[in-house]
Amino acid sequence: MNLEDRKELEALRKENAELKRKLGVQKFQNDELAMSLEEFKRYGRQMIVETFGGVDGQLKLRNAKVLIIGAGGLGCPCLPYLAGAGIGHIGIVDNDVVDTSNLHRQVLHSSNSVGKLKCDSAKEFLQKLNPHVEVTTYPVRLSHANCFGIFTGYDYVLDCTDTPLTRYLISDVAVCLGMTVVSASGLGYEGQLSILNFKSMGPCYRCFYPAPPSPSNVSSCQEGGVIGPCIGLVGIMMAVETIKLIMGVYTEENFEPFLLQYSGFPHQTLRRFKMRGRKPNCISCGPDSTVNRAAILAGGINYELFCGKRNYDVCKPEERITVEEFEKAYMSQEGLDYTLLDVRPHHHYDISHLPNTFNITVKELRDMDGNMDLLKRHIPKLTDRSEVLVMCRYGNDSQLATKLLKDEFKISTVRDIRGGLFKYIDEINPSLPKY
Amino acid sequence: MVKVKVEFLGGLDVIFDKERTHKVTVAADAGSDVTMGDLIDYIVDNMIKNSNDRCVFIENDNIRPGILTLINDTDWELEGEKEYVLEDGDVVSFTSTLHGG
Repeated sequence: MNLEDRKELEALRKENAELKRKLGVQKFQNDELAMSLEEFKRYGRQMIVETFGGVDGQLKLRNAKVLIIGAGGLGCPCLPYLAGAGIGHIGIVDNDVVDTSNLHRQVLHSSNSVGKLKCDSAKEFLQKLNPHVEVTTYPVRLSHANCFGIFTGYDYVLDCTDTPLTRYLISDVAVCLGMTVVSASGLGYEGQLSILNFKSMGPCYRCFYPAPPSPSNVSSCQEGGVIGPCIGLVGIMMAVETIKLIMGVYTEENFEPFLLQYSGFPHQTLRRFKMRGRKPNCISCGPDSTVNRAAILAGGINYELFCGKRNYDVCKPEERITVEEFEKAYMSQEGLDYTLLDVRPHHHYDISHLPNTFNITVKELRDMDGNMDLLKRHIPKLTDRSEVLVMCRYGNDSQLATKLLKDEFKISTVRDIRGGLFKYIDEINPSLPKY
Repeated sequence: MVKVKVEFLGGLDVIFDKERTHKVTVAADAGSDVTMGDLIDYIVDNMIKNSNDRCVFIENDNIRPGILTLINDTDWELEGEKEYVLEDGDVVSFTSTLHGG
């Protein structure tokens, strides 16, 4: 054997020994490791944040079970951060399907998923993001009958819903089950976030809001509009609070009830309001609670009655016409003398409207207190014998306006166009823009 | 007389000329205090331009359910509600509860 060969042999022996050593170490470590090497790498950047608590912190997240109610404007931005962080089990409750008008803010869904269940679309996204996370979907509307079955087994519940009714229900059930709730909401360019029933010692939703708002003061995103990233930020803040809860940042000793208020306009601000504690007379979390498991399950807590409903059905059948009748008898005819009044907000009207219409909102009509002269400033030719047709977006406000014009302004022939502009677009003229 | 800042958040500004913040001076009889109750009366009497809008802010002589009231960023329930005596520079915020999601 020449020198060269001996050197090479020596080098190979060394390499072989090194490889054997590495393999041995790895084998030894893998037996002891809490996670796969891939998980170490995946979660490395959060584990090296000192306050996160390293591997122990990661294992807390892996053992956590979090239920998200609503995969919309709040749920969508929140979910990928929870899945990305490695929350072990995520439940998603949503019975709604993806609509094109959701996509500007509900960023887990894509144009291809329009018409698909939101919880399925979300699950698909999350599983691609992190296959280590178990995702369970509940394509149902949360109700007093199914809520206990769905909630049981989860550690935390995130309220990403959009009506006071479900907000009261979620809080009540969480109180019964001793679960902490991360609750948020948003509208326009503003958002709010709070932690409720923290460790069964913090205030619940009913402590903050013992009486519900009247339905006429409740606005949805569909109605009031919403800026995508503004509600998105609030959803992401929910993920931050959830991770903090799991890590144990909040304790019985240091927890102080709060409400975060975010505003995107005119300057971005985030305020932290110090809130009241539990109300001793709270009917949900107080010592004399009447809102208990048995009462909720039996349907004894009437959330519909408690929260109320807006009554739009104020017109008689003869005071309303269908979009087909409207098209046949009015829109398609020439030379008819009638007034077409569109009562949507002006900024809605500016987006799209029918030709030869007047735009006066229900609120503006109401503020005229039945004064015909004020109304004539907008529609000079109008008299109490004029024929008036009223439309809005979906056919709710137009009924209120029809009644106002008849009762307050004493105009004899006023009719509401059923289903409003959007129904007209759907049934008669799909070339007009809907928004 | 007391000078405070009053804020209307969560969409409540619609009934206050769409202005979110207002500098408000509330007069008082010599030697007497100005309370939160006085400020609310002042807002209802002087700041809500359209009387039809009062129901957005007040219901049965109280702040309407669904509106949170804060004094210097603290829930007014912790500060004595209508009895709280205002001081110059206090920030009083009214915010509508949001429900969208």
